[in-house]
Amino acid sequence: MTGKRLVRMTVNGSPVEEAVEPRLLLSDFLRQMLGLTGTHVGCEQGVCGACTVRLDGRTARACLTFAVQAEGSEIVTVEGLGTAEALSPLQEAFREHHALQCGFCTPGMLMTALDLLETRPGATDAELREGLSGNLCRCTGYEHIVAAVRAAAERLAREGKREGPP
Amino acid sequence: MKPAAFEYLAVESVEQALEALGAAGGEAKIVAGGQSLVPMLNFRLLQPSLLVDVNRIPGLDFIEVEAERVRVGALTRHWRQEASPELRRHLPVLSAAMAEVAHLAIRNRGTLGGSLSHADPAAELPMIALLLEAEIVTAAPAGGRRVAARDFFLGALTTDLAEDELVVEVAFRRPAAGSGWAFEELARRSGDFALAAVAVTLRLEGGRIAEPRIALMGVDETALRAEAAEALLEGEAPGEALLAAAAEAVRARVQPNTDLHASADYRRHLAGVLTRRTLQTALARAAGEAA
Repeated sequence: MTGKRLVRMTVNGSPVEEAVEPRLLLSDFLRQMLGLTGTHVGCEQGVCGACTVRLDGRTARACLTFAVQAEGSEIVTVEGLGTAEALSPLQEAFREHHALQCGFCTPGMLMTALDLLETRPGATDAELREGLSGNLCRCTGYEHIVAAVRAAAERLAREGKREGPP
Repeated sequence: MKPAAFEYLAVESVEQALEALGAAGGEAKIVAGGQSLVPMLNFRLLQPSLLVDVNRIPGLDFIEVEAERVRVGALTRHWRQEASPELRRHLPVLSAAMAEVAHLAIRNRGTLGGSLSHADPAAELPMIALLLEAEIVTAAPAGGRRVAARDFFLGALTTDLAEDELVVEVAFRRPAAGSGWAFEELARRSGDFALAAVAVTLRLEGGRIAEPRIALMGVDETALRAEAAEALLEGEAPGEALLAAAAEAVRARVQPNTDLHASADYRRHLAGVLTRRTLQTALARAAGEAA
């Protein structure tokens, strides 16, 4: 069936149901059908990391996943962190440490950093750099991004909190 | 940068997958992690009429440690091969190599069976399968097979798999107790395809090298074993001159290509340097001098 088929999943905690073509990338599904334009589309070949989202608890490239494959899955996008009025601790740290300039890579950076905060809470700078190396940034030179993730990790540890909506 | 239209079938059993592949008569592609396949679809380098999604087949994500071999299910993702305590203990060279595969998000999705079936000459898993003399277990309509890794990789992106055949399991040979191992690769940037990589296992018996195994990737049409270098090392006492001779035998064995990332000469040079370094590390580990 190259025709449309029904796909159901949970996105940022809300159930969604849409009819999609099998060839529709998850990145385009999120942006065009759900209007969640926080997930950015850069290279569409899995290299730049701008489209990184959380798929069933682990980060994934939305441009290397078809929406039909996410049937029954839990998706979290950057819109699932904080809001402009109430930033998450990680977003707050990005602002404090000037970890973004043009902002194009930022959603992917945040979603990858979220994974690092949860799976490697005591990561060294070298480990953070390795973890973030799959996300390209052309503005910042990365120093401020590493500083922001480290600061967020320290704050979350100090306050005994998890990254997410405040 | 959008794939051409295709039909999509998420199968829930190996039998269902084989049936769909057979019915498509060579026009179908299997998708597991999709981390190599989907870019090729996005570029329209491939335009299959049907995508058979095997991610929902139960029972293909496992790690079983047996006396002679470690059996790993085809749907086991790279991050699990990297993090699994069993694999880190029994096949540390595999876990170490998995940490170098692309990036976090890619390793979260990519699978063992997918990487072997894709057979990229610069991918870590085909090299490790050759090093650990893996048997690749397949399912096919006429019954499955066990294919030795050395008979599996025929060329760049080309394997011995038939169009209606599916990799279901990989049985890696466990290096003997007390073996030393090492893995090293060199890439221009973290997560890039390596310009060259070398993996080694060996033992020391009364101060002499036993069962040396050397595998390389990124330096030929497929990953390969350096048999001549292995033969040179077998039964010999380690020393600088011996390691230099092994590195020379590796340089003579490989046939790298020149591309925009590195020249063939540089890749050949790297193959020699990394051979010497990995042999030193493996010897130190076999002698109990390194973790």
